[in-house]
Amino acid sequence: MIADDILLAELGLAVTAYALLGGADFGGGFWDLFAGGSRRGMPQRRLIEHAIGPVWEANHVWLIYAVVLLWSAFPTVFAAVASTCYIPLTLAALGIIGRGAGFAFRKTSTSLASRRAFGAVFAFSSVATPFCLGAVAGGIASGRVPPGIAAGGPFTSWLNPTSVLSGLLAVGVGAYLAAVFLTRDAQRERSELAETFRRRALGAGVAVGALAAVGLVVVAVDAPALFGLLASGPALALVVASIASGAVSLVLLALRRYVAVRVTAALAAAAIIWAWGAAQYPLLLPGVTISQAAAGPAVLHTLVGVTIVGTVVLAPSLWWMFHLFQRFPAAGAPERADGEGT
Amino acid sequence: MELLAVAATPVDLGAARVQMALSLGWHIVIACFGVGMPALLLFTEWRGIRTGDPVYQMLARRWARAMGVLFAVGAVSGTILSFEMGVLWPGLMDSFGDVIGLPFTLEGFAFFVEAIFLGIYLYAWDRLPPRAHLLSGVPVLLAGVASAFFVVTANAWMNQPHGFELRGGEVAAVNPWVAMFNPATPPQTVHMIIAAFMVAGFATASVYAAAILRGRRERYHRLGFTLPFTVAAVLTPVQIGVGDWAAHFVADYQPVKLAAMEGVFTTQTGAPLHVGGVAIDGEMRYAVEIPNGLSLLAHFDPDATILGLNEVAAANQPPVNVVHLSFQAMVAIGFALLALSAWFAGMWWRRRALPRSRLFWLGAVAAGPLAAVALEAGWVTTEVGRQPWIVYEVMRTSEAVNPAPGLWVGLVLLTAVYVALTVATIYVLRRLARDGPAPLAPQESDVTNQPVP
Ligand code: HDD
Ligand code: HEM
Ligand code: HEM
Repeated sequence: MIADDILLAELGLAVTAYALLGGADFGGGFWDLFAGGSRRGMPQRRLIEHAIGPVWEANHVWLIYAVVLLWSAFPTVFAAVASTCYIPLTLAALGIIGRGAGFAFRKTSTSLASRRAFGAVFAFSSVATPFCLGAVAGGIASGRVPPGIAAGGPFTSWLNPTSVLSGLLAVGVGAYLAAVFLTRDAQRERSELAETFRRRALGAGVAVGALAAVGLVVVAVDAPALFGLLASGPALALVVASIASGAVSLVLLALRRYVAVRVTAALAAAAIIWAWGAAQYPLLLPGVTISQAAAGPAVLHTLVGVTIVGTVVLAPSLWWMFHLFQRFPAAGAPERADGEGT
Repeated sequence: MELLAVAATPVDLGAARVQMALSLGWHIVIACFGVGMPALLLFTEWRGIRTGDPVYQMLARRWARAMGVLFAVGAVSGTILSFEMGVLWPGLMDSFGDVIGLPFTLEGFAFFVEAIFLGIYLYAWDRLPPRAHLLSGVPVLLAGVASAFFVVTANAWMNQPHGFELRGGEVAAVNPWVAMFNPATPPQTVHMIIAAFMVAGFATASVYAAAILRGRRERYHRLGFTLPFTVAAVLTPVQIGVGDWAAHFVADYQPVKLAAMEGVFTTQTGAPLHVGGVAIDGEMRYAVEIPNGLSLLAHFDPDATILGLNEVAAANQPPVNVVHLSFQAMVAIGFALLALSAWFAGMWWRRRALPRSRLFWLGAVAAGPLAAVALEAGWVTTEVGRQPWIVYEVMRTSEAVNPAPGLWVGLVLLTAVYVALTVATIYVLRRLARDGPAPLAPQESDVTNQPVP
């Protein structure tokens, strides 16, 4: 059947978009956490706020979209994953509350103390949420989420070597992408911060690369089946592509090619996800293929139709939004100290 | 694994239900603002542009800031819900995820549109010409109403599960459009969307009513009150009519729910309408009875037969008192709001002025919270009245719940987070309301150079 493959591809697209866009937003929170004391860190926090503010809600919708598409098209898979991984998913959900609310509240509150409190919540959840989501992905990839309701271990499914590694990788990739994206934003608006974020991007890039290398060893030991799949066929090609784009990104960063590096860094991150997908294909869960898990043809065809129509509306809207906020620098640069602490 | 065979403990089932009700009950109030506020805001901004009246412009700016906060909170609390559908009710999603997937997928697109254009609307106030800015808010309005419609169709399906067949316990022949447009869809969606406008309208008006009550009667507060209050007041009688439609629907399609709503314990013709009262030991006590009232209201026939709970196995009965009392609360509030609206309309009709009576303004302050209580009460009626079924007469709630151990821990955590979130939301909204007379543009400090009156 073709409709289930199309929907799987859309799901992959949504997960990738969320990992890149939502991941970078989480990464912004990561740097917020390490921006330093409230006074010294203020310009950085402003830049982060400024870059994330208008787009985070739209970026966040990719997650919701992925979830509803998963349950509509592959309901048994959704039920299995959600029921087995209910602990990390609940934690991720609480993190999402803290993050979104902390961010929006901090933006509108003016006193330093409340900004600090909301900011702390924002920053902390920005790390906890991607870790939990990454850990769930690791549990699925290493075959620890069996089909059936709550059939897997509530702890072992996400507290295992592969999950911990993929959780850390999710945090790291987000931080890296955020640094890369922020470098360019900073360059456009406030050049001295561009250097700060360039250094961070380089550091994060090296750290994530090292983590990924360790990760391959961990996966080889912990989930040999997954490793075997990753080390052959199209998955291998994607792994190589990811490593190559990662290396090119470091060079581009060193050369201060901030626009080009956005593309290669995103590619490096996306290729990891696609490699996972290619390795698992056509299995969604252990012993469950796509066509076995897919909903009936009437549902699948309706969903394909609806998503095509939806995309026609969505694509130009998304384009307009990013265009609007990337093209025009804001009237006042974010460095203006307006009403801080009043 | 050994867990497979184990069913959820009653404690965990109870925890899951309370957690679902808490997060839905929280989200729904915020969601009402997502549905209702854009319309108020766009009208006000449009008047501001048309007339150049600074009071309108200022109101628009203020409301936009509040909406930015509410939207963020609504988005995150809604995300929790989509996780919870699987985390708490995997049995439901496993069997029926595809049946109700269509409206949720459509809702996903509505959220995209909403989030994208809200981002533009709030942050590009200074980057777009006024008219384009105004237009950028229109998709927010449409998507908000659409998302309410979509999600409520999913709930309607739980009341009227159509669009599939059960073959040997397996779901087959799914038709997602039939599932979405089931018999419960028209009354429920209409009733909910109007409720959203009422809650947003009355609640916004409440804020200004409180100021007026404290003697701040300048035009800014009067307009801030009159505009949203008028919208809500006009909708109130409509809502009562739609509520009557919803009740007829329940009478025809979910007679057991009706019996619980009205506390009917024995099947009877010419059933009386119970006003107030509690069910004790299988009968309604302390209720005012209106003879033949229920038969007349439910079926337009004073002698119509009404099913009693005595014909329903005990295991299939919803808890009567919860359903009865919440239904009474909703109806009582509906009529109280109607009275208040009539007072307002009467004064306007006769004197073209706002009422002066302190009682009116006290009522107007209470109207916002009351509308929200009616909303919650209505949902409790619908959801608890459906029990013990999660999918009416097809799947029991206890069959749908996650059998994994320790769900109650999640409830404790979530409750703590929601308490904190509630406190923080109120704190921030109050701060926004108190901020100096000329608000910064919504959210973004970049826009301070925009001329604000
Ligand atoms: C501002 C809120 C509000 C007000 C004033 C009313 N309602 Fe309501 N009612 C709702 C808000 C609501 C709701 C929260 O939106 C519900 C829950 C589910 C639904 O579809 O609408 C609801 C459900 C609901 C149901 C159950 C539908 C079902 O289970 O399918 C009935 C029978 C009524 N209502 C009837 C009324 C009547 C007769 C009212 C007249 C006074 C009334 N409602 C006022
Ligand atoms: C329109 C979307 C909604 C959907 C899809 C939905 C779905 C559900 C589900 C899956 C459950 C758990 C199973 C059950 O107990 O039946 C539930 C229970 C419940 N919901 Fe809803 N719901 C919706 C709206 C609401 C709203 C807005 C409220 C507001 C108060 C609400 C109140 C409740 C309550 C009180 C319960 C617990 C009932 C009980 O277990 O006795 N629901 N709902
Ligand atoms: C099971 C029930 C529900 C689920 C799973 C759910 C899911 C969601 C999700 C995921 C979001 C975030 C979208 C974003 O990021 O913009 C959201 C927001 C929203 N939901 Fe719900 N929702 C439910 C019930 C309801 C109900 C009953 C309504 C009815 C009015 C509603 C109306 C809205 C609206 C208008 C928003 C936009 C956010 C805002 O304006 O504050 N939802 N919901």
